Amino acid sequence: MSELVIENLSRIFPGRRRGAATRALEPTNLAIAVNDFVTIVGPSGCGKSTLLRLIAGLDRPTTGRIVLSGTPVAAPGPDRGMVFQSYTLFPWLTVADNIAFGLREKGVPAQRRRQVVREWIERIGLAGFAAHYPKELSGGMQQRTAIARALANEPAILLLDEPFGALDNQTRALMQELLLGIWERERKTVLFVTHDIEEAIFLASRVVVMTARPGRIKADIRIELPHPRHYTIKTGHEFSALKARLTEEIRGEAILAAASQ
Amino acid sequence: MKPLAPISNTARIALGVLFFVLFFAAWGYATLGGYVSKTFLASPLTMVEEGWLLITRHGFLADIAVTIWRVAGGFTLAALVAVPVGILMGAYKPVEAFLEPFVSFARYLPASAFIPLLILWAGLGELQKLLVIFIGSVFQIVLMIAVTVSGVRRDLIEAALTLGARGRGILVRVLVPASAPDIAEILRLVLGWAWTYVIVAELIGSSSGIGHMIIDSQALLATGQIIFGIIVIGIIGLISDFAFKWANRRLFPWSLA
Repeated sequence: MSELVIENLSRIFPGRRRGAATRALEPTNLAIAVNDFVTIVGPSGCGKSTLLRLIAGLDRPTTGRIVLSGTPVAAPGPDRGMVFQSYTLFPWLTVADNIAFGLREKGVPAQRRRQVVREWIERIGLAGFAAHYPKELSGGMQQRTAIARALANEPAILLLDEPFGALDNQTRALMQELLLGIWERERKTVLFVTHDIEEAIFLASRVVVMTARPGRIKADIRIELPHPRHYTIKTGHEFSALKARLTEEIRGEAILAAASQ
Repeated sequence: MKPLAPISNTARIALGVLFFVLFFAAWGYATLGGYVSKTFLASPLTMVEEGWLLITRHGFLADIAVTIWRVAGGFTLAALVAVPVGILMGAYKPVEAFLEPFVSFARYLPASAFIPLLILWAGLGELQKLLVIFIGSVFQIVLMIAVTVSGVRRDLIEAALTLGARGRGILVRVLVPASAPDIAEILRLVLGWAWTYVIVAELIGSSSGIGHMIIDSQALLATGQIIFGIIVIGIIGLISDFAFKWANRRLFPWSLA
């Protein structure tokens, strides 16, 4: 069963001052199954973030439509949780209040909110930091909180736009394991955008490769690596073979993208 | 000196005090040394002496109280009107389109030029003084707050949208708290300007207040008193500034690095 269906979706940004319009996303079709972890990988400027923003409802498509659990998407909503690349925790709220933000907007009673917050703080390993403000946290801790904030809201789908892009390699690897651990336990539908091939393979049950501008889907590869995944699989034979294949797919696109800039 | 290199707290305070010491030393040297005529500039000692007389003999403390009350009253009125209007203007584009042109125009109307008109309308009483400060502050606050609110980070608003926040929720739980520290900072800044307006208001057609004392002293060529009045204003300004900064630190612990 498909949770999210994207039909003929495209986005053209009109040219500024009579300049040429930017075709950020060519008409795209994509269906994502319930509880699937799909990563979208491609060179910068391939429209992967545009696609995610369209699904989130933060941008309007030029053509096509998005249907989530049978309902067409028209505006942003709590059924599509989003984690951004930039740090978007509310700086005036503590970790606990940040996680509770969506529940508060929904009108969930305070007692239930506290309970959900406690569970999530535990799950993301931030016990003892509930009363901290975002500025007192490291980048990795902030993104963990952002993931908890989105998931505490129980969205039908979780959208992540290069959430670990600003983190150092070690932290990034730990964050991948944490996110994967959460997914293996909770079985959420996840759409994760990245330009990091290794990240895309390690997390995904399915990798979608996008082409350089104008963005199109070039390849759609099932990742059959077993769960639970341990970080050591990154050095295994199967992983390396997938990585080599995807690198080849994307390399050509990156060259095209670089040439067109 | 290395650019942007931090200094110790002791050094910071010592340097800050040092300027005041040098300032008074130069002033004392020029006046007590006889380089400047006493008629035009009193020495620091005369200033302190005359200041003491003002307070003990002429009830200057009452003047100070009156002036503080006028600033506080006029500024509070302006803030009560301007803060909500500024927030709405920053948050809602139609409100901005409706008010922005007028407010931008009104901001350049000098408050002091209204004084004759305000005397006609409101007489010489307290209302006229409050109105001068109100007119001088309200448009500035509105515009500055509108800019701050409309400049709230887009990604924070988008994050709130994906968490299910809607119109009022965005306004009350994102735009207002996100701009609150800057709003407090704007109020601190404009309060400083309000002090200028109150003195101008008191220079014309007033029978009390620091400004009134200053204009009286001019008639008597009592430059010591004038300078004492000016310094009192400076000290009150400094105290209110510190109070604001302290309050902001307490109210918005999250905003400081």
